Amino acid sequence: MCRTLLCALLLTAIAAAQSPKYKLGRPATPADTSAVDSFVSPGGKGLPPGRGSASEGRAIYERRCARCHGPDGKGKEEAALVGGQGTLATPKPLKTVGSYWPYATTLFDYIHRAMPFDNPGLLTRDQEYAVAALILHWNGIIGEHDVMDAATLAKVKMPNRDGFTADPRPDTGPTARKEARK
Amino acid sequence: MRSTWKQRLAAIDRRGFLATAGLSAACSQKGEQAADEEPPSQLGAQVSAYGERSPYETAKRLVPDLKRPQIGSTTTPLADTEGILTPSSLHFERHHAGVPPIDPARHTLLIHGMVDRPTVFTLDELKRLPSVSRIHFIECSGNSGREWKAPGAGDVQRGFGLASCSEWTGVPVSLLLEEAGLRRDAKWVLAEGADACKLFRSLPLDKLLRDALVVYAQNGEAIRPSQGYPLRLLVPGFEGNTNVKWLRQLKVVDEPYMAKDETSKYTDLMPDGKARIFTFVMDAKSVITHPSGGRKLSGPGFHEIRGLAWSGRGRIETVEVSTDGGKRWKASMLQEPRLPMAFTRFRMAWEWDGQPVELMSRAIDETGYAQPSREDLAAARGLQSSYHYTGIKAWRITASGEVHSV
Repeated sequence: MCRTLLCALLLTAIAAAQSPKYKLGRPATPADTSAVDSFVSPGGKGLPPGRGSASEGRAIYERRCARCHGPDGKGKEEAALVGGQGTLATPKPLKTVGSYWPYATTLFDYIHRAMPFDNPGLLTRDQEYAVAALILHWNGIIGEHDVMDAATLAKVKMPNRDGFTADPRPDTGPTARKEARK
Repeated sequence: MRSTWKQRLAAIDRRGFLATAGLSAACSQKGEQAADEEPPSQLGAQVSAYGERSPYETAKRLVPDLKRPQIGSTTTPLADTEGILTPSSLHFERHHAGVPPIDPARHTLLIHGMVDRPTVFTLDELKRLPSVSRIHFIECSGNSGREWKAPGAGDVQRGFGLASCSEWTGVPVSLLLEEAGLRRDAKWVLAEGADACKLFRSLPLDKLLRDALVVYAQNGEAIRPSQGYPLRLLVPGFEGNTNVKWLRQLKVVDEPYMAKDETSKYTDLMPDGKARIFTFVMDAKSVITHPSGGRKLSGPGFHEIRGLAWSGRGRIETVEVSTDGGKRWKASMLQEPRLPMAFTRFRMAWEWDGQPVELMSRAIDETGYAQPSREDLAAARGLQSSYHYTGIKAWRITASGEVHSV
């Protein structure tokens, strides 16, 4: 009896939680969602169709990327994309895609959403995959002719994949967690 | 020397305040008759549609020389603010791809992903929903970041100005997600802005359900374009970058998506080469804003020590002040109300004897967290972490009253 009543109450509560209370806003259509949803998960969910290799990426990199990131990705006006592996624990750490970024999907996602800086959205998906491949290749992570696409990119294991730890704070003073103490 | 009424009026006129020739002419006639006396009351400036501050007030955000002025930050002149609110016009800026020009009639917020009813809200619809106003600070996690490399930010603005505090009005994220039918297996939310780089962050769902807001107003008016007009995500106590401006979508997901701004940036590199990720909360911090670096005390005698304290973990419980370089500490007076995750103003009466002295402040929040020294921070994290610097700041006052950074 009690159980039935509980079930009924629970169902009512769920039904209440499931229906909108204020009935404002309109249902989003697939077009609404696809217009803005370009998110790429670290496992590769959301990667668009397209393909490219480092060798195919050179020409577009020289035209659209080298001005800021240097002819070899080692930085110019903007941050270095290449190099720095082995420096993170030194007094002069160099944080690049190759030395620091934990996921290759982030590289594609950022190129796709924000590059080139003064004209994001200019590149085709193939060009975006190719430029991502070139930067990975320059960092010694993939071969010059390895094709990056929705299937292969997420499988790339970045050198610093395991280089990140959860927030242990507070790590100083009277409330410092034990695990954060040295 | 006391300036005459005529001289002061002329000064205002030069600044273009009173452009009306008739009024100036009338005043100058009277001024010629009795230059050193207060004249009878005169009509002042005319009414105006949108207020301006006095031309005598010149506090500004510090705009650095940037190779690309669309990327970068400006800092709040905290030493020139009183109380706990930052004027919207002086709220610090940090843009990653410029300020987008957004027509509010065309801007919408899409809520989708792990929800039963993906929904599009117009701005008008969001404003019809039950609203709340709260006072919260926003602090860039890079605030005071240069202190890691070399301590000694010359003044409050340069060292602490990537923090500001406003009253924000909007809709709880929890309400919006419930309207859209939040699924129980959801864990994270991706919040994306409509700027050119479409900046996004992954945020833990439990925090957003607890106290985050989608805000459309700041200090009683629409959010300024540089603060996210027309919509901004407000995540109380979390690092500034998570308070996504020009908010256009919230996608509910089951894992963090490892955005560029939560992996390559805004992560804290430790001496062993590992980096801390998702270090969201801004720990307790304080700074004496008066007297402070770059200023000068007019002479020995009474001065009120004033400053600001804040914590991303809750309310400020105590702010201790030392006037002897950290040997002895005394609790300051805290201005009420002390709000969680908001600036708290502290004050202490002080007689300066004219001798060189070192002033410091130390905040303790309601969780018992005590603001550490730079040495404590360095011992725990090394000096390469770039972000989340909270070390105690000291100001040294010379016998001539000049205030310098220690």
